[in-house]
Amino acid sequence: MSSKTRKMQYSLAINEAIRQMMDTDDSVFLIGQGVKSPWYVGKTCLGLLERFGPERIIDTPVSENAITGAAVGAAIVGMKSVVIHPRMDFMLYAFDPIINEAANWHYMFGGRSSVPVVIWGIINRGGEQAAQHSQALHALFAHIPGLKVVMPSTPYDAKGLMISAIKDNNPVVYIDDRWLYSKEGEVPEEIYDVPIGKGIVREEGDDLTIVSVSYMMEETLKAAEELCREGTRAEVIDLRTIKPLDEELLLKSVKKTGRIVIVDGGWKAFGLSAEIAALVSEKMFEFLKAPIKRVTIPGCPAPSSPVLEKKYYEIATKIICAAREIVKKGKEEIEALIEGDG
Amino acid sequence: MEKYSRDLLCKLYTMMLRIRLCEESFVEPIVNSDVRCPVHLYSGEEAVAAGVCASLDKKDYIFGTHRSHGHYLAKGGCMKELVAEIYGKKTGSSGGRGGSMHLIDPDRGMMGAAPIVAGTIALALGASLASSIRKDNRVTVSFFGDGATGEGVLYESLNFAALKKLPIIFVCENNLYSTHMSIDEIRPNRDIYKVGEPFGIKSYRCDGNDVLAVYDISKEAVTSCRKGEGPVFLEFLTYRMRGHVGPNDNIQGSRTDIRPKEEVQEWRERDPIVVFEKYLVKNGVFKEDELSRFTKEIENEIMDAYTFTQESPYSDESELENNVFKN
Repeated sequence: MSSKTRKMQYSLAINEAIRQMMDTDDSVFLIGQGVKSPWYVGKTCLGLLERFGPERIIDTPVSENAITGAAVGAAIVGMKSVVIHPRMDFMLYAFDPIINEAANWHYMFGGRSSVPVVIWGIINRGGEQAAQHSQALHALFAHIPGLKVVMPSTPYDAKGLMISAIKDNNPVVYIDDRWLYSKEGEVPEEIYDVPIGKGIVREEGDDLTIVSVSYMMEETLKAAEELCREGTRAEVIDLRTIKPLDEELLLKSVKKTGRIVIVDGGWKAFGLSAEIAALVSEKMFEFLKAPIKRVTIPGCPAPSSPVLEKKYYEIATKIICAAREIVKKGKEEIEALIEGDG
Repeated sequence: MEKYSRDLLCKLYTMMLRIRLCEESFVEPIVNSDVRCPVHLYSGEEAVAAGVCASLDKKDYIFGTHRSHGHYLAKGGCMKELVAEIYGKKTGSSGGRGGSMHLIDPDRGMMGAAPIVAGTIALALGASLASSIRKDNRVTVSFFGDGATGEGVLYESLNFAALKKLPIIFVCENNLYSTHMSIDEIRPNRDIYKVGEPFGIKSYRCDGNDVLAVYDISKEAVTSCRKGEGPVFLEFLTYRMRGHVGPNDNIQGSRTDIRPKEEVQEWRERDPIVVFEKYLVKNGVFKEDELSRFTKEIENEIMDAYTFTQESPYSDESELENNVFKN
């Protein structure tokens, strides 16, 4: 890898990944609603239409089922399709091509055909957009055999994972979060891979493990900083890919710390946090020094009301509380903190 | 008559006969429970697959449905692998992972069949989109039944195909029944071909039991697609001689066929193979003994396919979780 990097926004890192992959591989194309509109997809598609033309940068009618199916079908006949859903809530219209077709395809035809498609969905938290414009539905896709699900939290990973997703021979669900779009970070100029299925340790620590992914890494790192000030050293893991999970990295950390807080921007029931909790208790039970803790958004749809919405996304404080509980800080101290932040 | 070469007529006839005899060979094994995966027989509808696929080149793509044995064979799929797949053998076209409803032969342009009603329409749309991006001059055919006209993705696909002038032929095999429901119970009218018209798509209805008519209209559609004139919608009126699933059931598990006897009889008299045989003999293309020689040859091919299947192994249990992902 070249040493040449520069600061770049998350959304522009995705843009660069697509541009470079389309430059190097004629079979790559981008299709979906709003690819020529900054209003839909932020800066992720900036300049692509001008560079590659409407034959490879295809804006579409609002037809998620057919358009996603078309991306899958094109992949079946040898293209490398990237299909974007500017709000992943609308991806639900495309469950059939994603799950029935793309995810099952390679297996049900005994390996004779494959589907190198990237299904890209953007999570749009906040903005008082309410239930149907805010959902984080990654767990639904991670449940399905045959789908890989990646969720980058940094500009570096956003570019590297998009490149890996495009290169992959299988359907990859690439989920990003608009709250990360203006985040800046160092990004290499050239094409590089961030391997799918590999997490990364963001902070080293011995007292507990905090694992998270995507935008919730921001909340997690904030919480870890606060905990550090109090003398609690958290090991922070960014999963980067949720399917397949980097079990090795995760379990190694839990083995070391004996405590874990799982942070997820989706719902608790049957979700990513449930999966990780099950995995840890199945494989690391003997090393656990405290109960597994989970911090997620509340089990209700996203509200529009500014007061309720603020509460809905209050995550860092909950992480701190959960961590304190399992590293056995004094109960009163916790209560004081809740009152202070509440 | 002179319009068609003897080769073509022979090809159409033998293909229909291959499909029919192969389909009918499954009846006994299904009744005896030797074949247990759901099998949707194509008997009666052979003229559509044979006629459409004869109008295509090897490089062209087709996508199928739950009832796709005929499409697979007509596009050049290997009969041995078809029979082996239905028996769940490792040598089957999908290695025994798919069964009757998941047939594939990518080298011959049979890109896959799947039973989610209308599910493969958008995949075919994507294949034609790929052709328009690559400018490879291929045509894609999407086969689906009358039942698929109830699914929204058909209309999304028609719209997008027309919008982008994609080289795709939407082929609706209207056999008048979607499982147990007569067409009159699922639509306000029978004019399926008209669904393409609001999108400006050239749309035709044709006798799906007349293989030459099927071939002619398909050839025209293929030419139009290759010229870049956009999609074509073809509705073929046809009838299945067998049940929705299995030999004689409209509802899986029962032994009753809900279709009126007179209607079945009426269509039986229009059996596409019998009709075409009469035509060939009457016009002196083949003598009757030539036709029976074809039958003999195909029967031998079928016997070979069953022998191949019997001698083929099942996948080993250790292979259960292989092929979830491609490496």
